[in-house]
Amino acid sequence: MALDTDTVRRIAHLARVRVPEAELEPLAGELSNILTWVEQLGEVDTENVPPMTSVVAVRLPMREDRVDDGGKAEAILSNAPEGAPGFFAVPKVVE
Amino acid sequence: MTGGLTDLTLAGARAGLAAGDFTSEELTLAHLGALEETRPLNAFIAETPERALEMARASDARRAQGQAGMLEGLPIAVKDLFCTQGVQTTAGSRILGGFAPPYESTVTANMWTEGAVMLGKTNMDEFAMGSSNMTSHYGRVENPWRAAGSNRALAPGGSSGGSAAAVAARAAPAATGTDTGGSIRQPAAFCGIVGMKPTYGRCSRWGIVAFASSLDQAGPITRTVWDSAIVLRAMAGHDPKDSTSVPAAVPDYEAALTGDIRGLRIGIPAEYRMEGTPEAIVALWERGKDWLKAAGAEIVDIGLPHTKYALPAYYIVAPAEASSNLARYDGVRFGLRETGDGADLTEMYEATRGAGFGAEVRRRILIGAYVLSAGYYDAYYIKAQRVRSLIAQDFADAFGRVDAILTPTTPTAAFPLGEKMDDPIAMYLNDVFTVPASMAGLPAISVPAGLDDDGLPLGLHLIANAFEEETLFRVAGVLEAAAGFTARPETAAKA
Repeated sequence: MALDTDTVRRIAHLARVRVPEAELEPLAGELSNILTWVEQLGEVDTENVPPMTSVVAVRLPMREDRVDDGGKAEAILSNAPEGAPGFFAVPKVVE
Repeated sequence: MTGGLTDLTLAGARAGLAAGDFTSEELTLAHLGALEETRPLNAFIAETPERALEMARASDARRAQGQAGMLEGLPIAVKDLFCTQGVQTTAGSRILGGFAPPYESTVTANMWTEGAVMLGKTNMDEFAMGSSNMTSHYGRVENPWRAAGSNRALAPGGSSGGSAAAVAARAAPAATGTDTGGSIRQPAAFCGIVGMKPTYGRCSRWGIVAFASSLDQAGPITRTVWDSAIVLRAMAGHDPKDSTSVPAAVPDYEAALTGDIRGLRIGIPAEYRMEGTPEAIVALWERGKDWLKAAGAEIVDIGLPHTKYALPAYYIVAPAEASSNLARYDGVRFGLRETGDGADLTEMYEATRGAGFGAEVRRRILIGAYVLSAGYYDAYYIKAQRVRSLIAQDFADAFGRVDAILTPTTPTAAFPLGEKMDDPIAMYLNDVFTVPASMAGLPAISVPAGLDDDGLPLGLHLIANAFEEETLFRVAGVLEAAAGFTARPETAAKA
């Protein structure tokens, strides 16, 4: 699969990663090479093969649905690049 | 007594501490000196000497009270992917610059509970994505080894390259690593030491910065198999905070090192004989077979027919999981924030992530976002997960006939720093022998087994069935003894 620069620009926007215009074209080339290389999987017959969903054969554990942790707002906010007491701060999102 | 302390294995240091030959403080001071001496390797992102000495003194006080954990007083380096409370944890990325976790990862907490002493945080490829340690925002790591007659700096491998370089250079007797597709085993092979990836689920992933959650697994990096067994026992264990962590008792892995492999069946997979593999590596693999046979094992030819598809399948699954896991770096809750040129939230996300991620991480996020996007999900992601089932089935069939599988660890010895950087696929091929076991969640270990014509270390790789770490250690111990690897790298602390 060859990706063009418009597709790369669109994926980059979906992934919320800014890519400078000048880097779109070389990046499209790199990503196309990788996608072309992984497409050799097409040679493998996977008819009737279920996709792997669990790496080791264990059942996901269940637990009671109750609060067992909390009250750590200060610790959670301690690494925020910007904040107001008790809050994370972001640019204004509603007018 | 302080002479020779940095040359001790972990088992040797443990015995010396128990006998009262030296204190943890003396042992720790010797290693802090070695850290300084080997600083040109850039193996550490952060040294934590004050914390180390505080932990060492506390350990000596506990020992005086008659208490000693499994790693009591032993200094250990920690890959900078493990969250360490109050100590910066960067994952080698600019986007986590200055992040000081308010909590401790389960694996490191387990080690501190057992008395270990933290020397510092080791350098690594950004978000564990790389095989050379070139992608770290905090600078490249140098391999302590040099090719004979050359002064060219070599890659230590990656992503746990700082951990491997530190242990090889005698700056630390042991270090933690993480392995997603070979990130413990490949750097261990490049640096002439032992690197072990446990079964998926053996060690808790809680508090380890996530890369690809269905593949990531923590493990020990040491200079001997015995030391690997000591450290894994302390790292491992069930953790309710990681739902994929397995509720099984952790065996005494040291007890598995019986030296007796008589009657064990060792599989040799034909598909690992790849075109272009250097003669020295093929010859070493042959020697490995002979050593195990001489020790009483039976050598069995096996087939793992989907081997060549493991790497391309990995490069769909791992980036897909990475693109989801790395969505959390948004400039809001921790790390870097760039506001961009607008006051808009989306603008801030894009500017932060554009500035915070390096080229390889960006590549993988975009590949991951693409293969998960509408219209491509089935063709790429589900297809790769189907191939992954076939890879796991290959191993399941093989382990019906054999107890362990022997292969080379890497297709080459350490390459010069900076090479392969303009060709991502050439870099990915470093992990061609290690990725299949990762895809199947199996335990595997790299043991230093010889030198190539340039005097660079080469590793042999053993794979065992799920939760058969004891078998793995048992065979690895015999391989190690037969190989008798005693070579030292050019850069090593003077002891």
